[in-house]
Amino acid sequence: MTRKIVTILLLSSGLALAGCASKPKELPPQPTGTTGTTTTNPPPPQQPMGPMPGSQADFLASVLADTILFDTDRYTIDSEDQGVLQSQAQWLARYPDRRITIEGHCDERGTRDYNLALGERRANAAKNYLVSVGIDPSRITTVSYGKERPIALDSDEASWAKNRRAVTMTVQ
Amino acid sequence: MKPALPSLLTVLALVAMSAPAFAQRVPGASPSAAGPAEPVDEGLSGSVTDESEWQDLGIAIPAFPTNAMLPTAADGGNTEALGRNLARVIYGDLKNNGLFKPVGPDALPGIAYGEVTAPAFQGWRGRSAEMLVHGFVKAAADGRLTVGCYLYDVALGSELARQGYVVKPEEWRRAAHKCADMVYARLSGESPFFDSKIAYIAETGPKDRRRKQLAIMDSDGANHRFITNGQATTLTPRYSPDYSKIAYLSYLNGTPRIYVYDIGSGQQRLVTEGKGPTFAPRWAPDGKSILYSMAIAGNTDVYRVSAMGGESVRLTDSPGIDVGGSYSPDGSKIVFESDRSGSQQVYVMNVDGTNQKRVSFFGGRAATPEWSPRGDQIAFTHIAGNLRIAVMNPGGGELRYLTDSWQDEAPTWSPNGRIVQFFRTAKSTGRTSIWQVDLTGRNERRLNTPVDASDPAWGPVLP
Repeated sequence: MTRKIVTILLLSSGLALAGCASKPKELPPQPTGTTGTTTTNPPPPQQPMGPMPGSQADFLASVLADTILFDTDRYTIDSEDQGVLQSQAQWLARYPDRRITIEGHCDERGTRDYNLALGERRANAAKNYLVSVGIDPSRITTVSYGKERPIALDSDEASWAKNRRAVTMTVQ
Repeated sequence: MKPALPSLLTVLALVAMSAPAFAQRVPGASPSAAGPAEPVDEGLSGSVTDESEWQDLGIAIPAFPTNAMLPTAADGGNTEALGRNLARVIYGDLKNNGLFKPVGPDALPGIAYGEVTAPAFQGWRGRSAEMLVHGFVKAAADGRLTVGCYLYDVALGSELARQGYVVKPEEWRRAAHKCADMVYARLSGESPFFDSKIAYIAETGPKDRRRKQLAIMDSDGANHRFITNGQATTLTPRYSPDYSKIAYLSYLNGTPRIYVYDIGSGQQRLVTEGKGPTFAPRWAPDGKSILYSMAIAGNTDVYRVSAMGGESVRLTDSPGIDVGGSYSPDGSKIVFESDRSGSQQVYVMNVDGTNQKRVSFFGGRAATPEWSPRGDQIAFTHIAGNLRIAVMNPGGGELRYLTDSWQDEAPTWSPNGRIVQFFRTAKSTGRTSIWQVDLTGRNERRLNTPVDASDPAWGPVLP
């Protein structure tokens, strides 16, 4: 439930801000083609107020979301997650010198050591998907925070759903 | 900086030292420093579910008198005040752990120095004290303290045990803990545990930005000390069996890695030079090797490495998460946690990684197994909605819950395997605190810590 709402919100704001990365679910995995077209239109002159190309702000404005969410104790990349990760892959293809770190997180309802391992699993699941669509694995590092860094602070299902996540951060 | 060197505390049999010069031996009393050899009061070992009769014994612990009031660097400033503090620590040990029915020095009349070895039994019978703890403290010219500790059966009018300790002034509490240990061990038939330490994680700050520092304290919360400053998140410490080192997880360089901190030198080093994140450190009972978990490409397995460093040995290779690990006391087996079946469950294997077998089959998830120092129980976190502390036998039978709260996890055993410590997280606020519970599940209490606290790790009894 919450997850869909979040994605839709991010999707619409992404469209409004950047006007790119349109199709969420069924993007054809053609990173090289995307690179070719997008590197030829660096938009800073046309968008004086926009974020600096290749920056974290540009990343956030360009992708569907920086975060994918997981079910309890799972690390599956579903079709919705694939849409998000493909939008990230497109951005990475556009800026081939950019590197990212993927953070894996868990909700608070698990034991500490296991959650560190589970967060690692989630971060790697996201990484593996990006690699499968053509991103060089050497550009991607992962780190697990287990249950140490929640973003939603209540102790209820809605908060836990938001905390079971993998977050992509550009390395500046 | 207090490295726990055995030489700091000497346990003496009092028969070999100068007891109070004017000590009168009570007729019929027989010194029994050698242990519970006397038939008059069998230690009741009982089963773990039994509320043993010794729990109800009334024990009087008046202040320990001194032969001469001398200044000391220990708490109190002089030996007379110190004698009262010694009795208070003994009283606190027994009282706070729900053991016996102790009455402390603040509720009892003082005794003369000569009474230490010649108790006024008639008077104590009138106070319905069944057991009596007497002791004395003396300061030597070099500052060292001699503390005597005597346990008497009031009804019999006889001595049950005695010990003496020579300690530096700053280690005076250890003499009291040793005395409490003698009383507890003699009356219960169990092994001692008070003279031990706990490593844990001190927590401050909001739920989404918790500051987590490595800290240590005595088993009663005294001598608290922060080891790390909290700039890097630290988790899951474990004392080495000789208390010289602490293995723990730190995000010092951005990724979670296990470091081994040397308490004496203040130096720390990585447990392994490999690139993958390492977590869940566990010492072997002999302190010579460390178990740890390492994730490679998202797959976590259990490894062992020499405490001196060097090549690691991979013990598990399932595609699931294999994590944690705790040695059986004889060092022959390891209990660990794996989700290879689809959810976290407890497994046992030989120390070389062979013969891995699942032992938990009771529904829900079973995590963070810790083998009792006695070998007869495995404490773990049972997850079925709430997280609760439970115990089972090493074969996975006789499941018993020790706690029932919203979130209790990460059990650690007292050195004698009679008490389990764990940490409790409060719903919504995320506030954490360390608790302990005995094996009956009835005597549960919160430990006093300066700030919020998690990840307790109880070390062995000091030598």
